[in-house]
Amino acid sequence: MSEAPFVEVRDLRRVFDVSKPWLNRVLENAPRQYLKAVDGVSFDIARGETFALVGESGSGKSTVARMVVGLLPPSDGTVAIAGVSMNDVDVAQERQRLRRRIQMIFQDPYASLNPRWRVGRIIAEPIRAFQIVEGEAAINNRVGELLTLVGLHPDDRSKFPHEFSGGQRQRIAIARALASNAEFIVCDEPTSALDVSVQAQILNLMRDLQERLGLTYLFISHNLAVVRHMATRIGVMYLGRLVEISDGKQLFSNPRHPYTRMLLDAVPDLAMTGKARDGVKGEIPNPISPPCGCTFHPRCPLVFDRCRIETPPVIDGVACHAVNEGRVAAA
Amino acid sequence: MTVKEAVPVLSVRDLTVEFVTRRATLRALDRVSFDVARGEVLGVVGESGAGKSVTGSAIIGLIDPPGRIAGGEVLLSGARIDDLPQEAMRKVRGKRIGMIFQDPLTSLNPLYRISEQLIETIRVHTDLDAAQARARAIALLDEVGIPAPERRIDSYPHEFSGGMRQRVVIALALCAEPEFIIADEPTTALDVSVQAQIIALIKRLCKERGTSVMLVTHDMGVIAETADRVAVMYAGRIAEIGPVREVVKQPLHPYAKGLMGAIPSLEGEAKRLVQIPGTMPRLSAIPPGCAFNPRCSQAFSRCHVERPELIAVGDRKVACHLYDESNAEIAA
Amino acid sequence: MSSTPLPTPRSQGRLARLWDSDLAFSFRSSPVTVAATLLALLLVLAAVAAPLIAPYDPFDPASLDLSDGFSRPMEPNEITGKVFWLGSDAQGRDIFSAILYGSRVSLLVGAASVLFSLVIGVGLGLVAGYVGGRTEALIMRVADVQLSFPAILVALLVFGVARGLIPPALQEQMTLLVLVVAIGLSNWAQYARTVRGSTLVEKNKVYVDAARLIGLKAWPVMLKHVLPNVAGPVLVIATINLALAVIEEATLSFLGVGMPPTQPSLGTLIRFGQQYLFSGEWWILLFPSLVLVLLALSINLFGDWLRDALNPKLR
Repeated sequence: MSEAPFVEVRDLRRVFDVSKPWLNRVLENAPRQYLKAVDGVSFDIARGETFALVGESGSGKSTVARMVVGLLPPSDGTVAIAGVSMNDVDVAQERQRLRRRIQMIFQDPYASLNPRWRVGRIIAEPIRAFQIVEGEAAINNRVGELLTLVGLHPDDRSKFPHEFSGGQRQRIAIARALASNAEFIVCDEPTSALDVSVQAQILNLMRDLQERLGLTYLFISHNLAVVRHMATRIGVMYLGRLVEISDGKQLFSNPRHPYTRMLLDAVPDLAMTGKARDGVKGEIPNPISPPCGCTFHPRCPLVFDRCRIETPPVIDGVACHAVNEGRVAAA
Repeated sequence: MTVKEAVPVLSVRDLTVEFVTRRATLRALDRVSFDVARGEVLGVVGESGAGKSVTGSAIIGLIDPPGRIAGGEVLLSGARIDDLPQEAMRKVRGKRIGMIFQDPLTSLNPLYRISEQLIETIRVHTDLDAAQARARAIALLDEVGIPAPERRIDSYPHEFSGGMRQRVVIALALCAEPEFIIADEPTTALDVSVQAQIIALIKRLCKERGTSVMLVTHDMGVIAETADRVAVMYAGRIAEIGPVREVVKQPLHPYAKGLMGAIPSLEGEAKRLVQIPGTMPRLSAIPPGCAFNPRCSQAFSRCHVERPELIAVGDRKVACHLYDESNAEIAA
Repeated sequence: MSSTPLPTPRSQGRLARLWDSDLAFSFRSSPVTVAATLLALLLVLAAVAAPLIAPYDPFDPASLDLSDGFSRPMEPNEITGKVFWLGSDAQGRDIFSAILYGSRVSLLVGAASVLFSLVIGVGLGLVAGYVGGRTEALIMRVADVQLSFPAILVALLVFGVARGLIPPALQEQMTLLVLVVAIGLSNWAQYARTVRGSTLVEKNKVYVDAARLIGLKAWPVMLKHVLPNVAGPVLVIATINLALAVIEEATLSFLGVGMPPTQPSLGTLIRFGQQYLFSGEWWILLFPSLVLVLLALSINLFGDWLRDALNPKLR
């Protein structure tokens, strides 16, 4: 695609202060401690595409999601939607205009809907906040449309969230995200709290909606199979860094970074091809004191001296010295 | 492949568990029957509310009021255990049936070193002295893949990572050399890369020790990797049970078919997922006849009135009227 | 495209559903609670409707007759022959009427002070929990200090300060207000603590994030989203505190720093009554005290039940 990317994330960083309280630091003579949750992440998302971030716990993928939607201010770096960055807009009105275009779907459908609000009010809230349509009747109409769009009944508006199952609640959450006519939706593990059969319903719904409304998704997940099913492009994260960005199909047919390979190898195999699995070693290190150099080096089968000292930059979609030096044949 | 022995390690017959509430008596398990042979891993899959965890709790006699076992029996190596008094049942748990839960922290006491917990468990169930028990604990930790067990054994649970903690729990479950282990979602709280290690560990231990395992999980991938046979549960009943390869590749029961089709795969074309309409009924609203009939595209009149019993189809058993007439002569 | 779940049928009316709810069931199955609630309702209604029920107006000096003084309960007065159900006091004031009007004052002060501490406590608790950081530390330390003083001491302090500030001519009229502020200020910290705790839990739920995503400012988020979800425990404390506030008011009035004799509350009545205890006129003390005890007890029992019923851990 030659046009400017719809979503542009540049060198995003986020540091959390995880120091002990002041008194403890003084008494125990402990230094301040920082956690680099996200450490220089850059990617683009084209309009209408699904970009997935995949990684294990502590990889920083959810932190990226929260920074992209503006729930968490980045320590450094920028997020721009259609060329407009959150950092650039000072006027409240402008900011609101940008917010309208970005919405989010959360992991836990049991916590993402206010339990004391009726569904109709929940979905109407963004419509009122962004003044999408005016007048009670029009708002009501729109809520009904949205509920139908996500496969629920317009009459469901008068119920409370607890009257719905997890999958139905996630539909409500999707309806709320669409209520502001958002174009870009950040989905943070949208199906990992759901059962497989319900997950299939939600994933299919999300794909249908993407086709119908031309939505752009940033899809966060730890589940490689789900990511494969949804994403056009995929970024693999490890300890706050992107280690590989690749075309959706290619990542699975031709994984390049050793971590990606390990991850793919570790996924339980439903097809039961009986593949050998010996590549999985060790566990994710403590992100407060990550290994120096390439953070993956203690677990990497291809490690050599340079990996322990120098952090590999992302070159041609892979952040790995071994791959860049051509010491690994692209399988 | 497993060879069926005369006496299965675990035999569950018509197990029924009910929860009595003010409004109604809810049937969480409805006449569930299955066997687990020696050295076999039986996977139990189902969605939340299907009754898979209740099955585990019922076998080890840990159903708390208002729940109760309302019928059926559980036999461990041929002897009934569901009617044992509390005290006798406590001895069976731990000694003859080991348990591994989803959250390793529920099985480990955070205030004690793991050496104390392991040694205590070993000494309760065997007549080893303290030194022998410690040696055995170290051997066990080594066996479950904890590096430098002589040193790590005196650590506290919080000093281990999630995956290592789950290994400790497995060691704890193995202490008394039980004939049967119930693993309830043992890998759900773990990351993919660690999950693979734990799966491999459980598989290896079963093979080496000949222990039988009931592996309860919602993750079909884990079952496919680990189990010999699998039982697919729906609304407190077994929908289909049989060798894992057959059930995964060519499921018979319409629910099992839907379930397999709904799982996104790492192989093949990323096509649209099969979706089963609706959701599993709440326990308070299980329809008459086959519990799956409102969601089943092949349901016919009989499905709405008569509950299908498990019918043998080859090596498998399936609870579906579709397989009744044509296969009547095979039924045992 | 996908399944359309049928809307659940609404066969029952709203009231029927309420009657069938778990909360109503737990209420119905506790006779003590039902009795306590009925008693509390009765006392509150009687207090509210005092002018309609009371046979005499105890505050109309014109209607008082000194010769009615010290009538024994249910017996005709030796001089005037009038019958006072619960007897009369030295001025010939009907005790029954005085109690009705007195509980009115007591409940008014109690309810108003609960409302006062509720507004302060919930407000500060919400801000502390939601904003966090130094604001939170400051508010919670103040609350800690406040909690370390006995409530009655705080109330006395406030009362004393108010006495000094308000010109003597206005003092009598302002007493009620001062009492409300005094009792209210001595109780807010409890609400602040509870609300802060629940707010910390609620603000981390993602529905709050969803509200922030559409650009809502902190205050709307706190009031529209967080507040309704932290209200449950607050309601319980408020109920129990109502009983405490009534007693606290009675204590202050008994100590002589509460309601003036021209507008006696139950506490004021008890203060007067105790002068006659040893001279044989027991009814002047007994009946107001009894009503105070019953009022506090019944409200407290109801509050206790509410706390248990709303606590999922105890169910």
